[in-house]
Amino acid sequence: MELRNFTRRARVLRLSSLVAGLLALGVGHLAGAQDTPLLSGGVGFFSNTPGGNTSAYSILEPLAAVPVGPHLLIESRAALLETWSPNGQGGYDHSHFVGLTYLQGDYVASSHLTAVVGSYLLPFGTYNERLSPIWIGNFQDGPLVASLGLLSTGTGLGAQLRGNAISRAKYSIDYTTWYSARSANSQFSAERSFGGRSSLYLPGQRLEVGLSYDRSLQNTQENFYGMHVWWEPKETNFRLRSEFARGHHAQGYWVEADYRTAAFGGLDSFIGRFEPLFRMQQTFRRDTIISDGLPLLNTQRADFGLDYNLPHNVRILTSYTRQFSSTSNENIWETGIVYRFLFPAWRGK
Amino acid sequence: MTIRAKHLVPGLLVLAAVGVAVVSSRPGYTQSTPSSGSQPQVKQYQVPKGASAQDEGQRIFAQNCSRCHNAPEGFPPRISGTIARHMRVRANLSDHDEQVLLRFLNP
Repeated sequence: MELRNFTRRARVLRLSSLVAGLLALGVGHLAGAQDTPLLSGGVGFFSNTPGGNTSAYSILEPLAAVPVGPHLLIESRAALLETWSPNGQGGYDHSHFVGLTYLQGDYVASSHLTAVVGSYLLPFGTYNERLSPIWIGNFQDGPLVASLGLLSTGTGLGAQLRGNAISRAKYSIDYTTWYSARSANSQFSAERSFGGRSSLYLPGQRLEVGLSYDRSLQNTQENFYGMHVWWEPKETNFRLRSEFARGHHAQGYWVEADYRTAAFGGLDSFIGRFEPLFRMQQTFRRDTIISDGLPLLNTQRADFGLDYNLPHNVRILTSYTRQFSSTSNENIWETGIVYRFLFPAWRGK
Repeated sequence: MTIRAKHLVPGLLVLAAVGVAVVSSRPGYTQSTPSSGSQPQVKQYQVPKGASAQDEGQRIFAQNCSRCHNAPEGFPPRISGTIARHMRVRANLSDHDEQVLLRFLNP
């Protein structure tokens, strides 16, 4: 117990030192009038009840972004998690986790090229980079196939080249390519791997289509393929997002739709703040080798959600899920509340 | 009990129909621009009815930022440059789009 407390204090100290160092870097640079370092992120409290067993957790996800000069941005996100889960004897076990999610430096080299160095979120598909923050995701839990292509850690340690290859009025193409070294460090764990992603976006149709690929280069070398399609019709508040991923031993997809209506007084009205959601997902095992985090059996899930967007960046998330597999079916109820914060790292004039 | 293909296909068709219905209804997707004061309020991103000459900054914001997340209700202009640069990296914006977005966030 003493050792655990010491380890926790050491982690918190390291995180605090890191954030302080980043901010000091920003202060030292005397950032421009619009380039003050910022602190953002989300804090939330969630409960989920799969098969009648309720667990609860609170999470704080702070994000720091520190511009240094005209070309460099240092950014980092951490997670502080407290979990209470049933221990099977009528009580609850408590556990906690503190860790860095990523820490990266972004160097804007040219109009079409940004070099990223450090520990970064693997840009496979869309969920990990774009939807995983708790203040963004519509559902409390990610898709079942979200772990495919993320190489067990979700982060890489190395370098990444990314940017906008072509940007026209009618279409744009962006790209990301990366290489990661192997790391067993508890804060920066990563697999030796490489990969890339490219997306085509059609602004007129508000349609995005992208392809992802990565390959693990250590132990059993495996390829992962992904495809995503997002459609957000112009002048509506309807969003349709979908993703397909295929690994060596399993594959699956998810399709998510959400909608807010402005027909009853706008989006800030009582009705307009409701956000009904629906997500359909299926996973399929290609063989019996388990190495990817997907369910052991072919699984289908239908998620029905209803979020409410309160003023002051507060959001309530609720959902009901029916999960089907060959051994058992299950109901999953989830509720949560999230507050998203965003402010300068220090007071200004 | 499993979801069979014969149930899945109609389900997806219903989903597509809902999407088409939503698009065809085209409700008033109102939009507020940042105020010209010291605190740009980037509230819910809503396009004004009948807006024909949409500001390019609004377009960049809608296509790249609110594609993933709701806009924060407001923030001091001192961090608008940091936000624009963060979005440039995360959304793979071009240099031009970053500058336009910055002017939109902090006119």
